[in-house]
Amino acid sequence: MQRFYEVMFIVRPDTQDEDVDKLIAGFEATVTNGGGNIRSTEKLGRRKLAYLVRKFSEGNYILMTIDADGKLVAELERRLRVSEPVIKFITVRMDEEQKRIDKIKAIRATRKKLSAQPVAAPVEAPVEAPAEATPASA
Amino acid sequence: MADETTTPRAPEGAAPSGGPGGPRGPRSGGPGGPGGPGGRKFFRRKKVCKFCTEKIDAIPYRDVRLLQGFVAERGKIVPRRLTGVCTTHQRRLTRAIKQARNIALLPFAARY
Repeated sequence: MQRFYEVMFIVRPDTQDEDVDKLIAGFEATVTNGGGNIRSTEKLGRRKLAYLVRKFSEGNYILMTIDADGKLVAELERRLRVSEPVIKFITVRMDEEQKRIDKIKAIRATRKKLSAQPVAAPVEAPVEAPAEATPASA
Repeated sequence: MADETTTPRAPEGAAPSGGPGGPRGPRSGGPGGPGGPGGRKFFRRKKVCKFCTEKIDAIPYRDVRLLQGFVAERGKIVPRRLTGVCTTHQRRLTRAIKQARNIALLPFAARY
């Protein structure tokens, strides 16, 4: 059962950029090897933390969006917990939310079409009228 | 009394929805304000849900700027009676704020 998750984690601010890249590559490998799919990986950059986490007041935020099943997420979370540079992480399931948003968008799109048609018609009419007029004058 | 300390902040947090009459809101009862009893001179604008009017369907926990507007100075979630957010959106907002707190984007309690 593949689901769509967002995994956000914070890397300690004192890790080097290469190490961060390695770390991300490692997590990506666990996801792909476990039968999951990576949609995107994004480095959100350094940010001040809202409260102290392991005595750090800054953190390097990284966001991964993945397709995975429960077992894989559990494995990924285990690895996040174990890996030393990661100071905090959160996994959020997004598929149901996404479904809901898509539904709303679909409904809104159908409504827009109805409201757009009466508006579109008067707009088209003046455009056509000069077009007809010009050949007559020419 | 606790209300009174938080109420003046609400309009600021809820940007357009709070309105000038905000602090008086909770005590006057019903939502339709102007024709109230007594010699009240304030015209209270009806509060509307920011998420409904601006058609924000998703409330992501990553959008700190958005969430910050619904959090009091010390980090408390502002009740919807002060911000005017509708029930559905307040529920989603609460969840987003809690997730954001978990990943240190928002404070549990701001240090003073």
